This record gives sequence, structure tokens and C-alpha cells, in this order.
Amino acid sequence: MELSGAEILVQSLKDEGVEHIFGYPGGAVLHIYDAIFKQKDVQHILVRHEQGAVHAADGYARSTGRPGVALVTSGPGATNAVTGIATAYMDSIPLVVLTGQVPTPFIGSDAFQEVDTVGITRPCVKHNFLVKDVRDLAETIKKAFYIATSGRPGPVVVDVPKDVTSPYIKIPYAYPDRVRLRSYNPVKKGHSGQIKKAVDLMLSAECPVFYTGGGVVSGDGAAELTELVRETGFPITSTLMGLGGYPGTDKQFLGMLGMHGTYEANMAMHECDVLIAVGARFDDRVTGKIKDFCPDAKIIHVDIDPASISKNVRVDIPIVGPVKGVLADMVRVVKGHKKRPHAGNLDRWWGRIEKWRGKNCLKYNARSKLIKPQFALEVLQKVTGGDAYVASDVGQHQMWAAQFLQFDQPRRWLNSGGLGTMGFGLPAALGAKVAHPDKDVVCVTGDGSIQMNIQELATCKHYDLPLKILLLNNGYLGMVRQWQEFFYEGRYSQVDVEARPDFVKLAEAYGHVGMRIENPTDLEEAMREAFAMKDRLVFMDVVIDPAENVYPMMEAGKGHHEMQLSPECELS
Amino acid sequence: MRHIISILMENESGALSRVAGLFSARGYNIESLTVAPTEDPTLSRMTLVTRGSDEIIEQITKQLHKLIEVVKLVDLSEGAHIEREMMLIKVKAVGGHREEVKRLVEIFRANIIDVTDTSYIVEMTGDGDKLDAFIKAVHEDLIVETVRTGPSGIARGAKGLAI
Ligand SMILES: Cc1cc2nc3c(=O)[nH]c(=O)nc-3n(C[C@H](O)[C@H](O)[C@H](O)COP(=O)(O)OP(=O)(O)OC[C@H]3O[C@@H](n4cnc5c(N)ncnc54)[C@H](O)[C@@H]3O)c2cc1C
Ligand SMILES: Cc1ncc(C[n+]2csc(CCOP(=O)(O)OP(=O)(O)O)c2C)c(N)n1
Repeated sequence: MELSGAEILVQSLKDEGVEHIFGYPGGAVLHIYDAIFKQKDVQHILVRHEQGAVHAADGYARSTGRPGVALVTSGPGATNAVTGIATAYMDSIPLVVLTGQVPTPFIGSDAFQEVDTVGITRPCVKHNFLVKDVRDLAETIKKAFYIATSGRPGPVVVDVPKDVTSPYIKIPYAYPDRVRLRSYNPVKKGHSGQIKKAVDLMLSAECPVFYTGGGVVSGDGAAELTELVRETGFPITSTLMGLGGYPGTDKQFLGMLGMHGTYEANMAMHECDVLIAVGARFDDRVTGKIKDFCPDAKIIHVDIDPASISKNVRVDIPIVGPVKGVLADMVRVVKGHKKRPHAGNLDRWWGRIEKWRGKNCLKYNARSKLIKPQFALEVLQKVTGGDAYVASDVGQHQMWAAQFLQFDQPRRWLNSGGLGTMGFGLPAALGAKVAHPDKDVVCVTGDGSIQMNIQELATCKHYDLPLKILLLNNGYLGMVRQWQEFFYEGRYSQVDVEARPDFVKLAEAYGHVGMRIENPTDLEEAMREAFAMKDRLVFMDVVIDPAENVYPMMEAGKGHHEMQLSPECELS
Repeated sequence: MRHIISILMENESGALSRVAGLFSARGYNIESLTVAPTEDPTLSRMTLVTRGSDEIIEQITKQLHKLIEVVKLVDLSEGAHIEREMMLIKVKAVGGHREEVKRLVEIFRANIIDVTDTSYIVEMTGDGDKLDAFIKAVHEDLIVETVRTGPSGIARGAKGLAI
């Protein structure tokens, strides 16, 4: 079969099993778009901004576990994509981003719409390629998918000059079954001796706790983790990225830890004697002050990336390997072990944890006449039965969603944790809806964030993607306002988002349904009505108490035991 | 602590900038860096000198390993190894200084590889200290230009860094 570069590119995607790509055309990718036009297998979703394309591919990837694919033109197309690429990089999400480039003879000449895409993206990709010869194209695409999805996943950029996709040069095509890279060999299995040592330590613990992260979700280790946690009877807490890796409604789950984690989770971290970290990277939002981090604990750390281990916190038993295999091995070793967790010690430990739980740290004023964001999320949980895919933007609403929604399954909670990219939510939800057309997909957002990629409402109309948007509208860049209230004596500098649009009319202008909800008593009915409109995108503009803050809070630079609790909670 | 890290990597355009970019992005320092192809033209060998605490050096080696083009690397400072650096130094050579520089060249086992009425170019190889010592021994006013390659290193013994 003789194909042009553009045809090879599209055929390679097809042979890779790609069904959807998110993109935006332009001069450097015209040949590719022509090849897309001539086929039916790969569906192209035309977004309204390249940042949206990459976030959509990212939401697709997070919600399915399959790599997301985006296609953008050279120059401004590529630079617009950078925020999306960096977002995926920070959260280790597998993407293949195809960027057009000026023809090879023009590279370096400041040609029209030329940027050094490989140079610009180098620090925020797992790897990138510039394809200079059409004969390398198919193999490079194979490599890109292999690198993006194996080991610690991440985005890979393939920069393709226009002449490489020329319709006039046809060459024989065969998509490679496999590629081998002598310089890249991700670890496939954890060291059995280390696993044995870890289990010995776990079974002799008096106050153990699991601390799990995004690696459990991306490494498909949720089932194994759940089995191990149940088998041991230990408490478990999760990072923002790991939510859903263990059932959020289970009683062994202490909620999220870290800056806005629960009191019980953070106290358990502070007081534990054995910490079992799984697929988590000891981020500063989680550890707080390193010097005060788990002062009495021996630490076990399972991670596929050796560079994650002992990066911020020294660990005692490192295990390099994929969560799924390592956790399965741990379950086997625990079950075959002559020792059981000491029931008396564990009971005592749970007793202490229950006391911390008794503080009811997420308590809020439920009698308020204004809609409390926490209440809105509780209603969302009730109305969806916890079965929806939820993509969040960044800010207070994100933290409340993490605290008040319970995810019993992995890949249901999609949010930008590492980069904290406002504008992620809507396109990510869109991508998830493309992947799961029959499921409820919700975007939880704020009045600041939603305006960063609002144009994607048009994409939702174009492709009939009936999302539900839950805007927790506080009229502020709330998270920043909260910091100014706490740390700058209430000097609210540039956080009042005045001149907000009428979101109901805005939704309608894009061809969707808009609702404005101002009264707590109307909320449940309105939400039920919104979710009943199965084939319409409904934009719920929920006006919330503008003064509400996210609690508990561990200030940056403080320890887990130094949390600030909400006024409601201190009263009780 | 000073560490000398030897890296075997794919001889591809872009590989060098990935290494250099890693150091600047993560705030590690590079004291010197040399790179050239090996006997296998698909591979190049880099010697990189850096400084940092044990924790930082551990992160540096792990992060280098993560670069897709890096095939193998070794921290030579962990074992017995040999370091060599080459220097080309142009010095003024007039009057009495012509003999004086020649004497120094002999003492340091260097070579004069270019001569004019008023100058020499001296080539010398050794570890960094030796090159420093030579520079110190020559009168400051006589030095026109120094070009140093930065050290290359290799581990002692029969074993090699290969794929
Ligand atoms: C406004 C805001 C507030 C925040 N507050 C909090 C907070 O209170 N609490 C909180 O937890 N976070 C918070 N975050 C998020 C925080 O910034 C980090 O993104 C997050 O804590 C990192 O989660 P993680 O450790 O699970 O790492 P991830 O970024 O999910 O990394 C996953 C780790 O797992 C490893 N891994 C990947 N795949 C595998 C595999 N197959 N096998 C083994 N290992 C694997 C990776 O190498 C990596 O080390 C906040 C973010 C924002 C924007
Ligand atoms: C692109 C981007 N710019 C700036 C920030 C800094 N920032 C973090 S949260 C926040 C406010 C978010 O406001 P909004 O979306 O209204 O959500 P709220 O906090 O009010 O729930 C800002 C500006 C960011 N995270 N991302």
C-alpha cells in the first residue's frame, strides 16, 4: 500500500486504535485535514481553541485510560496547545499531540507561523519528536504512543513539517506492531524482596495508614488496592489525584489529605508509624512542612518512576514498579503471611481516628439562606447517585467537589492538580462525554474558570454533547479571595469578577439550556430537571454564598497537625 | 560535592539540549560538559561535571535516566576513575620569555604546537589541577587566550560502559 505522509499519519492513528481526535486546522496541517476528510474511521472533533483540544484529549484519556490525541497547526496552534500539554505533563496523562510545522527547508528561517515547537514543549513533555522524513513517520507515531502510555505516562508531541505530509510523495506503508527503544525500558515488576520487606513492616505496624495517589488510577490498580486495604483493615487516605482509586463511600476511607484534606486524614498521617505510599508523589500541597511530615513513620513507597522516590521525602522501603502488579503481589504475600495485623493495636488506632472524625471537619452552616457550595455538591451527589463523570476547574469549587463528592470508581474524577489550570473543566468534560456518550458528565466550575474556555460551549452544540455544567457562582476568584482574606488582611486585590455575563443567556446564545438557581430549597428540583434533559446541555448558574471559605486548611509551610478548622466545626 | 557523570546516549539532534534543559529547568549546576560520538556512531558519550548534595546528585542521575535518549549513565565519582582535560593556550613569547615558557612546557610535559615570532600555542593534557597549575605558572600578562575542553572521564578497570 503506497500512501502520502498525511495518509500515513491518519492510517497510523487508525491502526493504533484511535477513534477520536480533537483538533483545529491551519496551513501547516492542510494535507492532514484533507486526508481526514477522505476517511470515516477516525472522527475529528473540531474544538474552538487549541487549548481546548488538548484538554479535551486529556479528559478523554483520564476517563478511559486510553491515550488522548490532539492535532493542531504550527505557530499559534502549537503555542495555544502548550498549556494543555503542560497540564497533562504535571498529572502524568498519556497524550499524543500532533503539531504541524513549516516545511523542512524553511525551518529556522522565521517562516510564516514558525515556532520551535520541539524547543518550546521540551520541558513539559515526556518526549517529543520532529519528523524530518516521511519514511520515519509511521514508526515515530508508534513510538509516540508507546512512550506516552508506558511507564509513568505523559504527553508526547510529534512535530510534522508540511512537506512530510505532501500528497505528491507516496511511499509503502506498514504500521509496526511493536517498537523497541534500547534507551527506554520501564520497569515491569516490583522487586519481590522489597515487597516482602514492606509487608513484614506493614504487619508489625501499630498505626498504619495508606496514602494513595494518581498512580493508582492511571495504573489501573484500584481493584488490587481495594483488596489490600480490606485485607489489612488499615485506614486509607488519598491525594486529590487518587480519588476514586478506593471507594469514597467506604468506612476505611478517611477522605482526601493535604492542604484541604480532612482533619482525620491529616492527623492519621501525622501520628502514623507506618506509611504506605502508593502511586503518589509527595507533593508540597500534601506534605506541608517537610520537617514535620509523618515524624514517627517508617515509609514504604511504591512508584513506577524511580525519580519520584525520595525526591521530597526520604523513604525506608522503596519499591519501583507498576501499582497493579506490586499491589497484587502484596495481597498474595499478606494472605500467605503467618502474621496478621495486631487486632488490639489496630482497634486502638481506629479509636483515635474515630475521635478525629468526630470533629466533623467538613461541617458547614446548613441553615444558611444563601446556597452553600457544599450543599450544592451534596445535592449533585444525590441526584447523580455518584455515578457521573465529574470534570472540575480550579479554585474553591474544585476543593469542595473533592471533599463533598464521593467517587467509588476510578477515572470518574477529572481535574488539573499539578498545574492547577483554570479552563480545564469544560473541555475535559467535553472529551469525557465523547468517550462516554451514555453517561452523565458534569463540569463543576467557578465564574472565573468557566470564562477561560467558554468557547467550547459551541463545540458541545456542534457535536451534541449534552454535558451538565454546575457553576458555583460566587462573583469572585474565590480561592484567591480566600488567601487575601486569610493572609492579606482582607485586601481584595483584583478578585472581584465584575461585569459577569448573564450565564443563562450566554448558554442560550450557544444553543443550550440555561438555569439560574438562587435558593437552597429550589436546588434539588432544578438539578433533577437538568439531569432529566438527557439530550440537552444544561448550564446551571448556582448563586452561592460569596463569603464561603474552604476548610479545613493547612497553610503552606505548616504541618498536618496544624490545621485550621472551620468556625462551624470549632463550635461543635 | 563535585561529581563527574558519564552518559551514553543516542547520537541524535536534540539529545544534548534535553540534558542542558534538564539542568536549567531544575536549577542544577553544570560545571562542564563535553560530548562527542563514540566508536558506534549511533551513540555519543557525554561527561558532565556538577556539584550538589547527595540528594541532589541522586535526583540528577534519576532525572537523566528518565530522558528517553539516555541509554546508560554512571557517576564516576563513586569509584576509581581517570579524568583528563585538554587545554590549548596561546602565550606571548618574546625575548627571555621564549625560553622560560619552553622550560615550563617541558616540566609540565606539554607540547608547543604553533610558533610565531611573538607567540606559542601550547597543548597540554591532564587533570584539571595540572592545567590550573600551568596557568598559574605562566605569567598572567603572557596569556593571550586559553581554551579548555572540560574533563572527560572513564572508570578504571576492565569493565566498560556499553549497551
Ligand atoms: C487549588 C488546588 C489545591 C490543591 N490542594 C490539594 C490538597 O489539599 N490535597 C492534595 O492531595 N492535592 C491537592 N492539590 C493537588 C496537588 O497539587 C497535586 O497535584 C497532587 O497532590 C498530586 O497527587 P499525587 O501525589 O497523587 O500525584 P500524581 O501527579 O497523580 O502522580 C502520580 C504518581 O504515581 C506514579 N505512577 C504513575 N503511574 C504509575 C503506575 N502504573 N504504577 C506506579 N506508580 C505510578 C507517578 O510516577 C507519580 O509519582 C491541589 C491542587 C490545586 C490546583
Ligand atoms: C490559568 C490560571 N490562572 C490563574 C490561576 C490562579 N488561580 C487559582 S484559583 C483562582 C480563582 C478561581 O476562581 P473561580 O474559577 O471563580 O473559582 P472559585 O475559587 O471562586 O471557586 C485563580 C485565579 C490558575 N490556577 N490558573
